Amino acid sequence: MIGIEKLSLTLSGIPVLRDVSLEIAAGRTLGLVGESGSGKSMTALSIMRLLPHGAQMRGAVHLENRVLSELSERQMCAVRGAEIGMIFQEPMTALNPVQTIGDQVAETLLVHGAASRPEARAIARERLARVGLVPERFPLDRYPHELSGGQRQRVCIALAIALRPKLLIADEPTTALDVTTQAQILDLIRELVREEEMACLFITHDLAVVSEMADEIAVMKAGAVVERAPTAALLREMRHPYTRALFDASRHQPERTAARSEAPLLEVRGAVRDYTLRRQHLFGPRPTFRAVDGVSFALKRGESLGLVGESGCGKSTLTRAILGLEPLQGGEILLDGQPVSPRMPAELRRRMQVVFQDPYGSFNPRHRVARLLTEPFHLTGRPPDLEERIGEALENVGLAPSDRDKFPHEFSGGQRQRIAIARALITRPELIVLDEAVSALDVSIRAQIMDLLADLQGQFGLSYLFIAHDLTVVRAITDRVLVMRAGQIVEEGETEAVFSAPTGAYTRALLAAAPVLPSV
Amino acid sequence: MFRYVINRLISLGLSLLAASLVIFAVVEVIPGDPAAFMLGLNASEDTVAALREDLGLTGTLGERYFVWVGGMLSGDFGTSYTYRVPVSDLVAARLWVSVPLALYALLLSILLALPIGMVAAARRGKMLDYGIMGLTQLGIAVPNFWFAMLLVVLLAITLPIFPAGGFPGWDAGAFAALKALTLPAVALALPQASILARVMRSALIETLGQDYIRTARAKGLSEGQAIRRHGMRNAMIPVLTIVGLQFSFLLAGAIIIEKVFFLPGLGLLIFQGITQRDLIVVESVVMLLVFAVILVTFLIDLAYALVDPRLRHSR
Amino acid sequence: MTWPVQLRLGATLFGLLLLAALLSLFWTPYDVTELEIAAKLSAPSAAHWLGTDHLGRDMLSMLMAGARTSIAVALVAVGIGIALGVPLGLSAAANRGSLLDEIIMRGNDLIFAFPSLVIAILITAVFGPSALNAILAIGIFNIPVFARVARGAALTIWPREFILAARVAGKGKVLISAEHILPNIANLLVVQGTIQFSMGILAEAGLSYVGLGAQPPTPSWGRMLADAQTFFYGYPRLALLPGLAIVLTVLGLNLMGDGLRDLLDPRLRRAVR
Repeated sequence: MIGIEKLSLTLSGIPVLRDVSLEIAAGRTLGLVGESGSGKSMTALSIMRLLPHGAQMRGAVHLENRVLSELSERQMCAVRGAEIGMIFQEPMTALNPVQTIGDQVAETLLVHGAASRPEARAIARERLARVGLVPERFPLDRYPHELSGGQRQRVCIALAIALRPKLLIADEPTTALDVTTQAQILDLIRELVREEEMACLFITHDLAVVSEMADEIAVMKAGAVVERAPTAALLREMRHPYTRALFDASRHQPERTAARSEAPLLEVRGAVRDYTLRRQHLFGPRPTFRAVDGVSFALKRGESLGLVGESGCGKSTLTRAILGLEPLQGGEILLDGQPVSPRMPAELRRRMQVVFQDPYGSFNPRHRVARLLTEPFHLTGRPPDLEERIGEALENVGLAPSDRDKFPHEFSGGQRQRIAIARALITRPELIVLDEAVSALDVSIRAQIMDLLADLQGQFGLSYLFIAHDLTVVRAITDRVLVMRAGQIVEEGETEAVFSAPTGAYTRALLAAAPVLPSV
Repeated sequence: MFRYVINRLISLGLSLLAASLVIFAVVEVIPGDPAAFMLGLNASEDTVAALREDLGLTGTLGERYFVWVGGMLSGDFGTSYTYRVPVSDLVAARLWVSVPLALYALLLSILLALPIGMVAAARRGKMLDYGIMGLTQLGIAVPNFWFAMLLVVLLAITLPIFPAGGFPGWDAGAFAALKALTLPAVALALPQASILARVMRSALIETLGQDYIRTARAKGLSEGQAIRRHGMRNAMIPVLTIVGLQFSFLLAGAIIIEKVFFLPGLGLLIFQGITQRDLIVVESVVMLLVFAVILVTFLIDLAYALVDPRLRHSR
Repeated sequence: MTWPVQLRLGATLFGLLLLAALLSLFWTPYDVTELEIAAKLSAPSAAHWLGTDHLGRDMLSMLMAGARTSIAVALVAVGIGIALGVPLGLSAAANRGSLLDEIIMRGNDLIFAFPSLVIAILITAVFGPSALNAILAIGIFNIPVFARVARGAALTIWPREFILAARVAGKGKVLISAEHILPNIANLLVVQGTIQFSMGILAEAGLSYVGLGAQPPTPSWGRMLADAQTFFYGYPRLALLPGLAIVLTVLGLNLMGDGLRDLLDPRLRRAVR
């Protein structure tokens, strides 16, 4: 049906794809997995011939009995959208903000001359209903900003399948979505592929997702397909060492030897955090939004406590209050018995450090590593053994003391996350807040950082508050877990107990929605 | 939408209030006694008092402010000290030169700039783009009143196509009047059109990198279609901002250009006002100019809401 | 890092004019206040390289001294804009959504409603014309420009995680603004600075052309254009020379601004890396 033969690609002379060959039959889904930079998206864009300037493509792409790679740009335009539909990762930005969803779906039909304007609107209405946006609740004249991320992704799917294409390319379609929304979108795609007899190229970095979605899996590494096999066979055999390494890393469970004590280090008691919103009227009262609503828990010394929840549940707000960045409107937060607040004493602040998600955004790009590392000494004053401490902190996280004079951009993403951990360690804290600290990393790097965190915990007797949306990671690295929803803790317990036998309905739904790697 | 308009209207009112306070403070409070200031150092106490009475400058500052604002609201801008006629009569005639001139120039600027910006964006990185960018760079650097002088020499004296100056009035027919305003409008429009064309080009190029253009391309739109159907309207948002700012530059520019072409507009009136220390004229004309700028800002805000549905729905 | 062509061209153009302006502080071929009525309107010659004006003043000397006025006025006006506008913009961004932010932004909008010509008219009406008025008028107009640019750019930096890290370290808004925000928005401010500089040159010329700027005998390009207007047809040189001087200065500064943007834009640099 669709076939790629020995596809090679260079971008301004740099090789990006090497001899990639794939085929997909109608009604089947091929999962393309790999870490960032492995060439997954470039393969998809090569099929669409939507490559960036300076791209040189060799090899052939067939769709039924035509050779797409030989078509002119004009002929390709007739293929895109009509015979091949594509959806992308970021539903929030993928739609034109100033055009209604009806017009954007109808445009697929109009641009291919497949329908008159009234017909196109009727079909758009039907297709939107098909993806779950019924006309009663989502009339055609809605604008993208009136919809949630999941709903927008449904619009994107509707416009991609409006002309019933033969091939649907889905490039990380659920990566930006919450797990329950992800489950719904995955169901929808699966159903559409089956019912409309489409071939589907499903691109993702998430092995659990791909093993649920694909009939066949191709694993990519550095621009080449290293292994390709039907899903069950691939999971069973894992012929290529890289495939095995990738799967091992995804279910990696660091060895943890931390000694938990019963004494609480961090106590949150009935914490309430309200935000004032914009005024509705010029002289009206400012409405408030309760982001954290009476949260209480205790984190014990030497413990790893997980805090999970979907976006908007209030976990980031709670994190900022725990870090003493924002005041509470009710309740209190105590670190080792002393109150935490924006005006807490320097010594108390020293005992709690943080590692953030984005290894690219967490450093001032203009400062060298040594200066970045010493920032936490701002309030306490520099210790006399500063130089030794910098070297020590870098060695603790597996970097060389000589890295102290480099700039952050000279490091890879994983190395930067190590620097962030070194910065958190340098004041010799007792509690480290890990705010999605491994979420942005590829699985193999993520496994290394999780090992490092486990090591450090054992070595220095650290306590971790581990905030994440990824349930697999939380399960692998925490002792106890809190589940947060709409500003409240809805479930709390030992991690294994919560994951194997959740009591709350929400936790059950959350766990049911999360794709899992089949155990082999 | 309704709420948005109401909010903008309130903001318009507050801006006018603040602007009137600033102008009143500068003209009537800082000089101390405006009447004495107008008459100069040698005036006797009696003449000053008489003038004060004459101009309605008696009473406390608060009273005077309210009389001034109240008067303007009912169309009474006070009495000119030099001309001894109501300022509103003086201004009305001149407004009919300056405002059409600024609007004419704005229209020219938009009509020139948008297509040029579009062509440059479509041909980005090609020779034509470099050529256009070079010319607009030059266009920005040319002072409009100097360009006006060049135009006069070329198109009014050497080739007598347009009048070199003066204004026949709208009574002489729209054609003659527009003809008299053409060279000034072209001179005013050139630098602004250069700026606007560059803004248009970069706004369009900026939208080209957006995800929704990629979505449009995946639907089967050609690059040109994607720019026209999806890039354009999004690019209008920054372009509108600049158009709004340009009106105030054009109005100010019109006042300067009037001197080159001896046009009987607000510029002439205000410069006479300054040399003759006629504060009442200066105060009122400045208030009018600021009013025009604030009004255009308001209109641009409304235009935003037409282009961008997010504004219509929120706030 | 190599300099882009535009930057080199712009810097050369502007550098030459700056040099002429600096030189005029110590030396000009003739005294610009000296009227030589007998030699008025003389064509370029060995004695007067660019000829003389309607009062017999040496054009080259006038142009050199005029460069000094233009550059000084525009430079001080940019200085006023940066000195007041940037701290305002930074504090508005640091207190986003607060009353302070609201007041600063409203104040900005208010100043934006007064084009620099209108400010100059107001000041001149009360205090009489002078070069200082031009500086004040253009400078005041620059304040909201820089405040907006600084606030807008700072707002994109504030949500970044390294700012959060600094806050966790206990750093306050002022220190964070100075240490983390300002260096990361300096590029934009430099680029905006060159743009405002060139706009200042144009505005100064316009103001002195209508008599609201530098007063005789201080030479200025706008003033020279106003004087030349009546003689333009017979002696186009009188108007062409100062006009070209303005065009070249503004062009040089704009090219520099464009070049600096290319050189400093972090987005472009990231793409190269």
